Amino acid sequence: MTQLPEKTERKMGLVIDLDTCVGCHACVVSCKGWNTENYGAPLSDQDPYGADPSGTFLNRVHSYEVQPESGPAQLIHFPKSCLHCEDAPCVTVCPTGASYKRTEDGIVLVNEKDCIGCGLCAWACPYGARELDKAEGVMKKCTLCVDRIYNENLPEEDRVPACVRTCPSNARHFGDLGDPDSEVSQLVAERGGMDLMPEQGTKPVNKYLPPRPKDRLNEEIDILAPLLAPVAEEPKGFLGWLNKSLEKL
Amino acid sequence: MHPAPSIIAFSTFSGLGLGLLFWLGVDNTAPTGWVAFAFFAIAYILAVGGLISSTFHLGRPERAIKAFTQWQTSWLSREAWCAVAALVTMGLYGLFLVFFETQIAVLGWLGAFFSLLTVYTTSMIYAQLKTVPRWNTGLTSALFVSLSLAGGALLSGRVTVGLVLLLIAGAIQGIWWKTGDTRFKQSGTDLQTATGLGRMGQVRAFEPPHTGTNYLLNEMVYTVGRRHAQKLRMISLILMLVVPVVLLLLPYPHIFGLLAVLSHIAGVLVSRWLFFAEAEHVVGLYYGMR
Repeated sequence: MTQLPEKTERKMGLVIDLDTCVGCHACVVSCKGWNTENYGAPLSDQDPYGADPSGTFLNRVHSYEVQPESGPAQLIHFPKSCLHCEDAPCVTVCPTGASYKRTEDGIVLVNEKDCIGCGLCAWACPYGARELDKAEGVMKKCTLCVDRIYNENLPEEDRVPACVRTCPSNARHFGDLGDPDSEVSQLVAERGGMDLMPEQGTKPVNKYLPPRPKDRLNEEIDILAPLLAPVAEEPKGFLGWLNKSLEKL
Repeated sequence: MHPAPSIIAFSTFSGLGLGLLFWLGVDNTAPTGWVAFAFFAIAYILAVGGLISSTFHLGRPERAIKAFTQWQTSWLSREAWCAVAALVTMGLYGLFLVFFETQIAVLGWLGAFFSLLTVYTTSMIYAQLKTVPRWNTGLTSALFVSLSLAGGALLSGRVTVGLVLLLIAGAIQGIWWKTGDTRFKQSGTDLQTATGLGRMGQVRAFEPPHTGTNYLLNEMVYTVGRRHAQKLRMISLILMLVVPVVLLLLPYPHIFGLLAVLSHIAGVLVSRWLFFAEAEHVVGLYYGMR
């Protein structure tokens, strides 16, 4: 059903820490690895070893340069996948009912057997979270690893999305963002977690933690600095001779 | 947005066909017999041909029938219902005109209503998208409906009405282009809000996630041809509006009328190509593009 639930029991989602993400793309690889052989159709690649490779991914890592008003520019790595929006525009546009948002945990999923591959949901998503698989002709998107998080055949520490499990810098967190006492909600409250494109009105569940302010080196110089003697002003010995000789040339 | 030929053909030809059906439906002295057959054949070839071509861009066209299920929320589903309602109603209406020389006015009016409603639902598929600011306006619906009405009037041989509607559609097209050029900026979405990093400073896309291309870039960050957009707009307006108006003012309405129709169709095709090629999806921001 493409009517959005008025309220979901839980709001499962990710919290992504832009301060600690190192841009290693391990989440991209583990996401593709898990999802190409589990839920739904495989994530195909086209011309993977040729001159013009492309393929379907549910998670991609961008990198941005931010230039503050003063000081050096900063490089921010920016993983992006489905944000499992509360007002998901991708769901309501679907003509077949293949796209839906689950009432129990808020996960947005595609029932691939009903998908006609019209692509309208990908048009409606401002985040580029949905990609039409070229080989299968159906829409693929992040499932929040719905086949891991409730999977009792896996050891308990593995019952999180593959991207979260694999992240070596602990930049990805998984939990119920509808519960204000959950670890992820507290993290968001503490660090000022933010929405992407809030003006689009999608009410994303996933939150991004902004980078912490960087140390500043040059703001205050020691008042004794002018009194300190320079370590070496004029080279002596061989270097001094070389310096003079080169200047004469 | 990627200007898929199947979608351009669909929206242009089915728009024209449904426009012709509208005028046949509201005509108090509708043609009967073989003349009616010719008119209805043209209308159905355009409308149904367009609808069939729209299924070519589907990844799984064999499941297209499922698109009838979600009319409560989806404009695409509503379009499917309206198209069937229009084609069935007008089919019955045409059947009586062609074979029984009888006009059932109620059927005609109902069919005309559904024909126009179909064009409106098509336009809403685009106009509803907040992600494409250029489309996200009521003017998009006005443009589609006015072009359909004008093209239909031309096809049904209505000279005076056709002239007036051409001028109205041309004016809406001009306003749509002019206001569309600033709508992305007005939407307030930029790389600063897309990344949430705007509060730290000026954001610049440093490195894309991959060296090659992907579905998103092919489908939604189509930048080829925007360079010639201004020239193509003029060409479109001349073919769609100026040439048909001049031809309609000449004598010999049959020969020049046909030329006017062909020129108009060519102009609308160019306009539809621009409709997609010029439209910028906000996802392009993440890639440092528009």
